Amino acid sequence: MSEEKVSKLKDYLTSYLFIIPAVLLFSVFSIYPIFKILQLSLLKWDGISLYPKFVGLKNFIEVIKDKIWWKSFLNAGIITLLALTVQNALALVLAIIVDKDIRAGEIYRVIFYIPPVLSGIVVGLIWNWIYNYDYGFLNHFLEVIGLGGLKRAWLSDPKLALFSVAVVHMWKGFGWGFIIFLAGLQTIPRNLYEAAQIDGATPWKTFLHVVVPMMRPVFFLVSILTILGTMQIYDIIVATTGGGPGYATEVPITRILSSMLGSSRFGYACAEGLIFGVVLLAVSLIQLRISAMMRNE
Amino acid sequence: MSKILLKARFEKVKVILVSHLICILVTIACIFPLVWMVSSSLKTQETVFKDFSLIPKSPHFKNYLIAIKEANFGIYFLNSVFYTATVVLAIIFLSSMAAYAFSRLRFPLRSVFYIMLISTMMIPIPGIFIALYVLLNKLHLINTRIGYILCQINAGLPLSIFLFKTFMDKIPKELEEAAKVDGCNKFQIYWKIVFPLSRPTLGVIAIFNTLAVWNEYLLAMLVFSDKSLMPLQRGLMVFYGSHLTQYPLLMAGLTITTIPVLIVYFFMHRYIVSGIIAGALKG
Repeated sequence: MSEEKVSKLKDYLTSYLFIIPAVLLFSVFSIYPIFKILQLSLLKWDGISLYPKFVGLKNFIEVIKDKIWWKSFLNAGIITLLALTVQNALALVLAIIVDKDIRAGEIYRVIFYIPPVLSGIVVGLIWNWIYNYDYGFLNHFLEVIGLGGLKRAWLSDPKLALFSVAVVHMWKGFGWGFIIFLAGLQTIPRNLYEAAQIDGATPWKTFLHVVVPMMRPVFFLVSILTILGTMQIYDIIVATTGGGPGYATEVPITRILSSMLGSSRFGYACAEGLIFGVVLLAVSLIQLRISAMMRNE
Repeated sequence: MSKILLKARFEKVKVILVSHLICILVTIACIFPLVWMVSSSLKTQETVFKDFSLIPKSPHFKNYLIAIKEANFGIYFLNSVFYTATVVLAIIFLSSMAAYAFSRLRFPLRSVFYIMLISTMMIPIPGIFIALYVLLNKLHLINTRIGYILCQINAGLPLSIFLFKTFMDKIPKELEEAAKVDGCNKFQIYWKIVFPLSRPTLGVIAIFNTLAVWNEYLLAMLVFSDKSLMPLQRGLMVFYGSHLTQYPLLMAGLTITTIPVLIVYFFMHRYIVSGIIAGALKG
């Protein structure tokens, strides 16, 4: 080999040293697990036995027929719908207010992002205590202000539990949407507002004709990320209801875990994970497609 | 004329007042649960069910001592600090090194490796923990610190590599050229020039991964069965599961978990804002 070739090879090899640790970790803890899930989803396996049984697509067929599985999907979907509307509307209103350069805007900005930095477990356990039927602050507060008739078993009433959990999720999440909306609003040139004002546009018309068109990509982005994040809700659920009462607050991740740890059906759990993953992937692909379209406009 | 002006000013004041009113209400809603958590942590097992005052008459600080010593929260806390520090340091070094290679060096299959590494950022794999559990079992890494740490490092790599590379791509190359002329090799250039220049991104990556590791629960639940290895989030659920009604101690544990997060947040919230925006716009 010529000297030049040797030095080039040496150059490549030393360059690879920079990425080898990352690539190795990634191969073992990301790539291998992806293929492992694909393989396991075709097996009937309890997680221990040395002889898993190949069952083809049987797991998938069973998952598709599993009513509780789709109920968990629906539950997560309902929380997602609430997050998309109530949570994001609140985030947008607050962002518009703080964008107007009101005093103490900086303080509000710091405070609104406190809930998102806390863990789902911490948030769930605090609200669990606040929601407590006999001793919780919420029922006590309702009684003190003379609304004792509204006292509820917030987390153990099957009709209310999902809604109560959704409130906790939105409490934790709105600050995140607020920060992104605010960043988006601040990219809108101020003279557009002035021009609208000179033309005699009302605040509502300014919002519709200046803010909405400029913010369309941001609205879209926040919506998709809200869907992906909320569908995978888990920590808040375990720290409040654990999926109950009955199946009232079961979500896909709690189902996957109970197939895996509760009934030791690893193959079935993987099939659930894959079906869930494909749905989420479809959502992300739609995002990529539409944001590409928006950029081309 | 002045009447119209007066009216306009009145309108403006009204808008500002309503704005503040909304913001203050939301502020109370954000802060109150945390205040209630601290307040409950200072009551006794008897008073917590009767006393609804925000500031207990005789604050019972002893709860913290009991939580730390007897309820294991001292150990959980040290474990969390250890996992967070180790994982974040490893992520910073591994991802900045890889990002430097992807940004500056030329070698075969460079873009293939890059796309592979950041692909999991876009593709959600909600069942991945099943396979991780199986894998750790097979490698005898279940219920070990190292197993948990390696999984967490890997989880933080894609976004960190992406952010570092995006930043490094914008650093002018003149300094490095000069260093090359002076005889510096790649490792020296990375360590002495590019890494120090990446400080702003380093802040974002440090705080985001710190929060992610400190707050992680699902994997900790799958990996650890030994109490002496558990981090706080897992410890909280174990305590809650076995002492269902000991709210003052649970709230003390929650406060111990929350205070470090709030301290880090208040000192570094600037980095958070730029980080969320960068993270959200990656797509």
